Amino acid sequence: MLFKIYRYDPDKDAKPYMQEYDVELQSTDRMLLDALIRIKAMDDTLSLRRSCREGVCGSDAMNINGKNGLACITKLSDLKTPVEIRPLPGMPVIRDLVVDMSQFFKQYHSVKPFLVNDTPPPDKERKQSPEERAELDGLYECILCACCSTSCPSFWWNPDKFVGPAGLLQAYRFLADSRDQATSERLDNLEDPYRLFRCHSIMNCVDVCPKGLNPTKAIGKIKDMLVKRMV
Amino acid sequence: MSFPVRKFDAVIVGAGGSGLRASLQLAEAGYNVAVLSKVFPTRSHTVAAQGGVGAALGNMGEDSWHWHMYDTVKGSDWLGDQDAIEFMCREAPKSILELEHFGMPFDRNEDGTVYQRPFGGHMQNFGAGPAVQRSCCAADRTGHAMLHTLYQRNVRANANFFVEWMALDLIRDDSGQVVGVTAMEMESGDVFIFHAKAVLFATGGAGRVYASSTNAFINTGDGLGIVSRAGIPLEDMEFWQFHPTGVSGAGVLITEGVRGEGGYLLNKDGERFMERYAPNAKDLASRDVVARAMATEIKEGRGCGEGADHVLLKLDHLGEQLIDSKLPGIREIAKKFANVDPARDPIPVVPTCHYMMGGIPTNYRGEVVAPRGSDMEAVVPGLYAAGECACASVHGANRLGTNSLTDLLVFGKSAGNSTIEFLKENKSHKELPSDAGELTRARLNRLNNQTGGESVSEVGAALRDTMQRTCGVFRFPDLLESGVREIKEVEQRVARTEIKDKSKVFNTARVEALELDNLIEVAVASLVSAEARKESRGAHDRADFAERDDVNWLKHSLWFKEGSKLDYKAVHMEPLTVETIAPKVRTY
Ligand SMILES: Cc1cc2nc3c(=O)[nH]c(=O)nc-3n(C[C@H](O)[C@H](O)[C@H](O)COP(=O)(O)OP(=O)(O)OC[C@H]3O[C@@H](n4cnc5c(N)ncnc54)[C@H](O)[C@@H]3O)c2cc1C
Ligand code: SF4
Ligand code: SF4
Ligand code: FES
Repeated sequence: MLFKIYRYDPDKDAKPYMQEYDVELQSTDRMLLDALIRIKAMDDTLSLRRSCREGVCGSDAMNINGKNGLACITKLSDLKTPVEIRPLPGMPVIRDLVVDMSQFFKQYHSVKPFLVNDTPPPDKERKQSPEERAELDGLYECILCACCSTSCPSFWWNPDKFVGPAGLLQAYRFLADSRDQATSERLDNLEDPYRLFRCHSIMNCVDVCPKGLNPTKAIGKIKDMLVKRMV
Repeated sequence: MSFPVRKFDAVIVGAGGSGLRASLQLAEAGYNVAVLSKVFPTRSHTVAAQGGVGAALGNMGEDSWHWHMYDTVKGSDWLGDQDAIEFMCREAPKSILELEHFGMPFDRNEDGTVYQRPFGGHMQNFGAGPAVQRSCCAADRTGHAMLHTLYQRNVRANANFFVEWMALDLIRDDSGQVVGVTAMEMESGDVFIFHAKAVLFATGGAGRVYASSTNAFINTGDGLGIVSRAGIPLEDMEFWQFHPTGVSGAGVLITEGVRGEGGYLLNKDGERFMERYAPNAKDLASRDVVARAMATEIKEGRGCGEGADHVLLKLDHLGEQLIDSKLPGIREIAKKFANVDPARDPIPVVPTCHYMMGGIPTNYRGEVVAPRGSDMEAVVPGLYAAGECACASVHGANRLGTNSLTDLLVFGKSAGNSTIEFLKENKSHKELPSDAGELTRARLNRLNNQTGGESVSEVGAALRDTMQRTCGVFRFPDLLESGVREIKEVEQRVARTEIKDKSKVFNTARVEALELDNLIEVAVASLVSAEARKESRGAHDRADFAERDDVNWLKHSLWFKEGSKLDYKAVHMEPLTVETIAPKVRTY
């Protein structure tokens, strides 16, 4: 199977280039990550991140034939050859398929992604009904892979000002939690022409999320909350 | 001095569940702590835990920590230390409630309390049964929910993370006191000395010593390799848990929660064979028992598929609705990795290496202990360990499902608290020894200058193949003996690995070579300890010594890197406040 992979090592390359690899796959190689590991066994200079190999850790997000996804759960049989693999778009490349994610995490941290509840906790759990808990479904499962934010044009142009789909999904995860008490601070934090309102509902984010989450919908709900608060 | 030095009160190596729980204690107490991780914290392997975290909350019916303790001691086949087990089971409910207060999205009951599901080996009435619902969960993504919640809480506490920094070696002074670690920043390739008053290891498991494993690529036993190179022994390394239900061919885990919710195993005749092996607990017997039953079915020709090499896990009878609400991740995994929709067809599964019961010897306070003179458990000053890399020992010869996440919470916190105590008493840094960092420099130089060596992937494959063939679910004397011989040959090859990539920038070839240095210590320790233990106990099942032998073998193994020597120490049979649970025959 033929692969074309983006290569760049600032230690030795003046500029990035695409390298071809023709790999003989084994019957056990099911996912793109299996193939990349086989390539790495031939050429140990290829750098990429990977860990869980089952789509839960968010390490191996990359651009696969033009679309962001996780290598470990992308089936080889679904890919058109030659398979073109590039680092996540719009992020500074550290080396090969490894990008600098600082801006992405900075935006995630900026939404105060933790439960705020300053009343002293009870001796038992803070009660939450199954229905209240169900509000968190489709939100808490995010693996911070950045497939969404790095496919979002608004995030490409304003990574320092626009929170981006991943960060906003998590902002809503806490707004939606019946135990959280910081609703108005959270909304204040987002009521800004850039932080929230740069989202133009282009839906790229929904299209690529490997966990099937829907940041656009969450963003819409935050916008609704802001509108409600005004009246 | 060799490398640039950075100074902290303490260094925590590892930002999985246990490392994050420990760092939270220290960050909230205001200490200057560096938390190192090979990966961004939420990418640690705790994220993959599915089924749940065990605690006798009693939300679903009567339960008590005494019952949880009994089940854990029995599950451990009496090799667990009963003081540590009591401590864990007693503290477990509190640590779940804490986690809930931190924001963990647990599943809920109608009355708003945390939902708990049944899990293997967890029973009512001191093992008499029936099964108890003790596993607190967030669908089948409990580890993900827990790891993210702990990370989020650390963000709130302003913990100081060093992301994609790999710890390489431990630094001890002449008295043996721990004074820091060396670590490499992966992005730049630069190595630093982290000078600290205390070091806490929370580096997780080492399942990558086996060819077929539920573990992530990063689970390479770094903490174990690092301390063993610094003269500290490894405890009970012969005990490896094989999880009954790894996806055949892929290794990816299918949680025991599937059986907790009512799924069961079938052989090729469609027989629910666990009824024969464990008439009471059936598919919810302890993991070692179920894994052996499956391996026996396959060995005796009742396996399924063309190669008759797996059995089937059936859950379609649970209904699509229950599967989607309680086991959505499993449905996703089965579709992706087994090409079946479990709401319709059974999942092909095989026992797969899953968990390391052994590790760095600690007491229940999370202090690392090692023999000094006649004291078999002298505290190593300034050194702590928690989580899967540590051996407290609560899991003994076989871990119960859900008890690892409990272990992370309870011992992460207690190791953090012990570190705080130590920092209060030790206000200033001890001096670094004059040769600090030399071992690291020698290892890196060797690797950079090696010529004519083999590739890391080749030697790594030989290591994993040796463990898989010679140290599996069933163990045979001839295989163990040849395994010890073979792994020592692999050890020679590890010392001569060669990498083509010499770049300083994000050099993952170098990282993998350095990881292999740790995997080999784990593999040698496992095989040498397994070959020597002449009994069957928990996950260690020998063909030539089929019975548990409490007269000669009710003791912990200690493996020392130097000379690959073994020693033994007593099991703590005395709990902290309750009566000893005396050894009995273990049936389910
Ligand atoms: C698929 C799967 C499902 C599981 N399900 C359950 C379950 O339902 N219930 C349960 O109780 N248990 C379960 N377990 C077991 C449990 O998840 C693990 O034992 C536990 O999460 C380990 O946590 P830890 O904090 O010890 O280590 P990890 O979460 O593995 O974290 C290790 C940390 O150490 C860091 N690290 C390692 N080496 C270095 C180094 N050299 N330098 C710097 N950093 C380093 C890593 O980057 C990482 O941050 C499961 C395990 C697996 C594999
Ligand atoms: S919907 Fe909004 S967040 Fe998503 S890709 Fe479009 S602009 Fe970006
Ligand atoms: S929302 Fe989806 S794509 Fe975006 S970071 Fe989370 S898991 Fe990844
Ligand atoms: S390796 Fe973890 S998501 Fe792919």
